[in-house]
Amino acid sequence: MTEVYLNSKFIGTVEDSTAFVESMLSERRKSKFSNSLNIFSDKENDMLFIEASKGRLRRPVLVVKEGKSLLTEKHKAQITKKEISWGDLIDQGIIEYLDAAEEENAYIAFREGDITPETTHLEISPMIIFGLCTSLVPFSNHTPPTRVNMGSKNQKQALGFYAANFLLRMDMDVSILETPQAPIVESIMHKISNYDKHPSGQNLVVAIMSYKGYNMEDAIIINRGSVERGIGRSTYFRPAVAEELRYSGGLIDEICVPDKDVKGYRSEKDYRLLEEDGIIYPEAKIKEDDVIIGKTSPPRFLSSLDEYSLASNLRRESSSTIKHGEKGVVDFVLITENEEGNKLIQVRLRDQRIPEIGDKFTSRHGQKGVVGLIVDHADMPFSASGITPDLIFSPHGIPSRMTISHLIELIGAKVGALSGRFIDGTTFDSEPEKALRDELLRMGFRENGTETLYNGETGEMFETRIYIGNMYYLKLRHMVANKIHSRGRGPIQLLTRQPTEGRALEGGLRLGEMEKDTFVAHGASMLLKERFDSDRTVVPICETCGLLAVYDEFKKRSFCPMCGENTEVSNIEIAYAFKLLLDEIKSFGIYPQLKLKNKY
Amino acid sequence: MAVEEYKDKLPLKIQEELNEIIPKNTAKSKLNMINEQVYKEYMKMKVEPGEGVGLVAAESIGEPGTQMTLNTFHFAGVAEMNVTVGLPRIIEILDGSKAISTPMMEIYLKSPYSKGKNIKELATNIKETTLKEAAKEISVNISNSTIEITLNMEKLKILNLNVAKLAKQLNESTKGFHVKAADDSISFKPRSKNTELNEIFKLKEKLKDVYISGIKRIKQVLPVKRGDEFVIITAGTNLHEILSLDFVDTTRTTCNDIYEIVEVLGIEAARQTIINEVSKVIDAQGLNVDIRHIMLVSDLMCHNGNIKGITRYGVISEKSSILAKASFETPIKHIINASLVGEEDKLNSVIENVMLNQPVPIGTGLPSLVSRKVPE
Repeated sequence: MTEVYLNSKFIGTVEDSTAFVESMLSERRKSKFSNSLNIFSDKENDMLFIEASKGRLRRPVLVVKEGKSLLTEKHKAQITKKEISWGDLIDQGIIEYLDAAEEENAYIAFREGDITPETTHLEISPMIIFGLCTSLVPFSNHTPPTRVNMGSKNQKQALGFYAANFLLRMDMDVSILETPQAPIVESIMHKISNYDKHPSGQNLVVAIMSYKGYNMEDAIIINRGSVERGIGRSTYFRPAVAEELRYSGGLIDEICVPDKDVKGYRSEKDYRLLEEDGIIYPEAKIKEDDVIIGKTSPPRFLSSLDEYSLASNLRRESSSTIKHGEKGVVDFVLITENEEGNKLIQVRLRDQRIPEIGDKFTSRHGQKGVVGLIVDHADMPFSASGITPDLIFSPHGIPSRMTISHLIELIGAKVGALSGRFIDGTTFDSEPEKALRDELLRMGFRENGTETLYNGETGEMFETRIYIGNMYYLKLRHMVANKIHSRGRGPIQLLTRQPTEGRALEGGLRLGEMEKDTFVAHGASMLLKERFDSDRTVVPICETCGLLAVYDEFKKRSFCPMCGENTEVSNIEIAYAFKLLLDEIKSFGIYPQLKLKNKY
Repeated sequence: MAVEEYKDKLPLKIQEELNEIIPKNTAKSKLNMINEQVYKEYMKMKVEPGEGVGLVAAESIGEPGTQMTLNTFHFAGVAEMNVTVGLPRIIEILDGSKAISTPMMEIYLKSPYSKGKNIKELATNIKETTLKEAAKEISVNISNSTIEITLNMEKLKILNLNVAKLAKQLNESTKGFHVKAADDSISFKPRSKNTELNEIFKLKEKLKDVYISGIKRIKQVLPVKRGDEFVIITAGTNLHEILSLDFVDTTRTTCNDIYEIVEVLGIEAARQTIINEVSKVIDAQGLNVDIRHIMLVSDLMCHNGNIKGITRYGVISEKSSILAKASFETPIKHIINASLVGEEDKLNSVIENVMLNQPVPIGTGLPSLVSRKVPE
């Protein structure tokens, strides 16, 4: 007696579970009942689970009967002629969906050749084990899974043609690659996902060699000629938004060119690009500190609105400006209303980004790198036929990472470029490497993909033959222009008077405790003091009590709050942080007395 | 050959090296020139005044330490014995912990034994043996409430014990029982008639760990061949008793427990042990740290005759500056304790001056002008 459960509820028993399951399955395959029903026979506990509930994860597989896939050549021909569709295959019981439980009863062959008499199902394609992005890595069955994973993650960061209506959109922080290309080496997933309609990379000529050491540690070298011809150019978009907010008391923000008597007025020069309505005009070139949308707001606290002052000069400046360190051109101005009926201005800024040292590029095999040098076209190595690489990749990136697919793509794309066709690099189902090499040989190249190159600077021949071919390279969204920052002077924090941190706040990089140690170790005492002078302060100290004294700017004299005016007050130079430490020590009831002594 | 003139100026080690390298029949004038050059080079190598040796030592040990963290806790080659190595061991040494995680000894032997004579026997005799190791079976006879111990006679023979001797020993270490020795067994019978069975079972568990022979605290022994002599490596230490054995070479036998070394051999030996143990770990990791950095740390830990770890209770507590102490660990505690006695910070060292943003008295910050008043 086998217990039968429908949607995890006991409904009865059956005598012969095997026969029951078989009949259920054959009825389902004949579409006698819904194909969303799954049945799982738990032989160990003598139970049958029939599931028809929502939310189960299911996947399609081909049904195998008597060692043969039910999908025959006839079906394949019909599909090609578009006579039958996916739904028909399901209705005919050729494809069925298994859920996690029913999979336990299935014996699924990976390829048609692997089918044995016990096999119950066949994968539609071995590639189905990968997701969309991973399927886009060509020849990935030749590379360690960790690298394939990285390759698939890198592709998500690639710049490309992400949406055809990008000109009408107000996306935050996006880029468009200017001249994207479809990859020469593609997989079936490229076709399925219409990749050529929204590509995200370019086919470059890649040489695997070193060049004056500028491609050490995963750096890459690119050809200035190629850059000038448009490789890796992208346009960066960033919107600026301003809204006329309404406040209690009928007060409202106003988008306009601010009056000169407004609190916090910037210089006239900063407002020069605004038109009468307070909004910048399209195609205006803007740089740091320029105002994009002029705006004034009512005073922050109503209580400060007293009778002595005029209301107009109490309004404060609240314009939108471009962020520190950015530049660009106004691309598009949108004047509209938001859900609450407030006036809403959106301005989209555009900035062309030409590849520069520090921009990140990657192939599709997790071989990412940063541009280390841009070389003049004339100085690039060249081949006998006059080909110069667009990009030079370091050979040291290969042995430890074992990304063989990277190497095969190079040959594959070379063949594709020479013969003018796309190469199929689908994982597990690609064109064989041998065939590609033979084809290369037939076209008059060395079958191993190497060529004799000549030094671009001296014209001398390189003794070693260089592995050179084409590859699909992606520009990633991490560009130095968005990240670079440094400071010599700038804003400080209110509490500690130390420099602010982070690029957005105009901060620099911290010289930390361990960095300090290196100064001490070198005995560079004065340099250390100078570096830490950022929160230097001069404070008056009362020599009687050893605490902070006060300097009265009006009376031009110092006094001590404890000892009065008849005491010696001296100025000392200390770190402001130390003054805070003294304050804190005082706050828990300890008297930190400073005893002054002349240094000389 | 070192010249007479430089005998006092050059260290012995360099003199020895010179003696070895320079050919015997070198002319006197040449010798002089060589010695002079060597002396110049030697003086150049000396640390200059104002060099921050402590900080350089700390960084030179600390930086390779960051590379060690990942490959710790693997067995140090010696079969069957688990040894703490890597960063945990360095921390243990420099903290001056009293209870180290794997105390070990290396026992060198005197002449006939070092060649391997009776090596196994010596090793087993050193090892602390408990009753359960010498017994085949320990059982409780419930009917007449006795504990029966069947002995492993072969083992006893190796340990130089017989049943009567063992029974006497056991009689001394237990109370309230009649101990009776038979051919190859010993039985325990409670003196009072109504001893509870529970207690007998408790005694049985206790008996298992009763010490019968060997040297206490030596938990494991392993004779190994080092070059062409045999050495006994032990887990667990007892330097005092091992050194009193007559077959042990007392000049080379060591242990890795620094506190035990201080007790038995004195502070200088402990200093050397710290240096040896730290260098051992660093070398095993394939890292390269100049021994002088380790020597400096070791000197600091031992300089007043007691071992002090690099902790807030050890070396740090000896600092004269409150701010320096406070900047290490538990700042509030240090500041409050200083305020209780009204301590004064003279701002003589590095950290205090960094905190106040004053020139640190190291390197270029050290020298200052001293002027003599011209008498009028």
